[in-house]
Amino acid sequence: MIRTEHVIELTYLVASALFILSLKWLSSPVTARRGVRAGEIGMALAIVGTLLHGGIIDYKWIAIALVLGTAIGAPLGFVHMTAVPQRTALSHAFGALCVTLVGTAEYYLQAPGVPRFTMGVLALEVILGSLTFTGSLMAAGKLQEVLPQRPITYKGQNLVNLGLLAVAVGIAAILVGNPALSWLFPLIVILGLIFGVLLIIPIGGADMPTVISLLNSYAGLSAAAMGFVLNSKLLIIAGALDGASGLILSINMSKAMNRSFTNVLFGAFGQERVKAAG
Amino acid sequence: MDQEILTNLYVFMLAAFIGFEVIRRVSPLLHTPLMSLTNALDAIAIVGAILLAGEGRSALATALGTIAIVAAMTNVVGGFVITDRMLKMFKSSGPQKQGHP
Repeated sequence: MIRTEHVIELTYLVASALFILSLKWLSSPVTARRGVRAGEIGMALAIVGTLLHGGIIDYKWIAIALVLGTAIGAPLGFVHMTAVPQRTALSHAFGALCVTLVGTAEYYLQAPGVPRFTMGVLALEVILGSLTFTGSLMAAGKLQEVLPQRPITYKGQNLVNLGLLAVAVGIAAILVGNPALSWLFPLIVILGLIFGVLLIIPIGGADMPTVISLLNSYAGLSAAAMGFVLNSKLLIIAGALDGASGLILSINMSKAMNRSFTNVLFGAFGQERVKAAG
Repeated sequence: MDQEILTNLYVFMLAAFIGFEVIRRVSPLLHTPLMSLTNALDAIAIVGAILLAGEGRSALATALGTIAIVAAMTNVVGGFVITDRMLKMFKSSGPQKQGHP
């Protein structure tokens, strides 16, 4: 007898294979469009498979949200070609928002008895998610020229940024030690949100596509982290694929533009060096 | 360590290497479409959001899950549509290997 759980797992398995093929096909111009199809079918299978889950008792909100998301997303797919980079950045922000919200809800559902490993992964998930959310919004704003494009730098910028990240990681470590301290959880989210803004402030318009690709990588990693929390191989595979391909893509892009990858990572440094060089 | 966690770590490691390998030699021409495709795939987090919104474990979870689905679905639809549009442009302007379908 075929059980629903088996059907779900099989759709996830096929979806994972399609995601790999999708990336592979997209790396050659001849097969690129087939790659998009594979990605679309994979995503559709993943969504349909999830809808079959026996644990779902109410489809009302899911249906409303799917329709609303499609209605907002479709116009975003038809922006002018010159606006593609900022559209992608904005889209990252949405994806990262999703991961952050799910991570936050998952923590409050499981608190105070969150297992330690889950707690650590949840903290990683929301830190990456929240910094990608504001970071992507900043990147989109700069590209759309809603925000000033000029890199904003000040003395000790990297120290401030790293310090902030260290505080967030420190709080996460305390939570792993004692997951019941639920008032600490929003602090991680807030620190992540601030860190995302500070991360993009020193980066100029020219480096922005590379940074967007890097943010893509972070979003992928946070999705993989969600996979560990929910024990979903599909999420882990898709997240890891994105995390790795986003990273290698941003390294490739900075090479193609003759920029050092570390300079892009620490924009403030890069700016000073460029000035010094000429 | 939990057997389940260990298996998941193996899956993560293997998928990350596959991600590196399939993308490594991508032509610079395809950087932007690839970025928007991986952007669409990021939205796989929608799986978690759907479960959260549908399982009704708490009012907060349903609310956050619903918002999360809207956000992720935006990402899915917009990402795939724009990638396809970009690639369509390539076909008409780039060297034509085959006719339009």
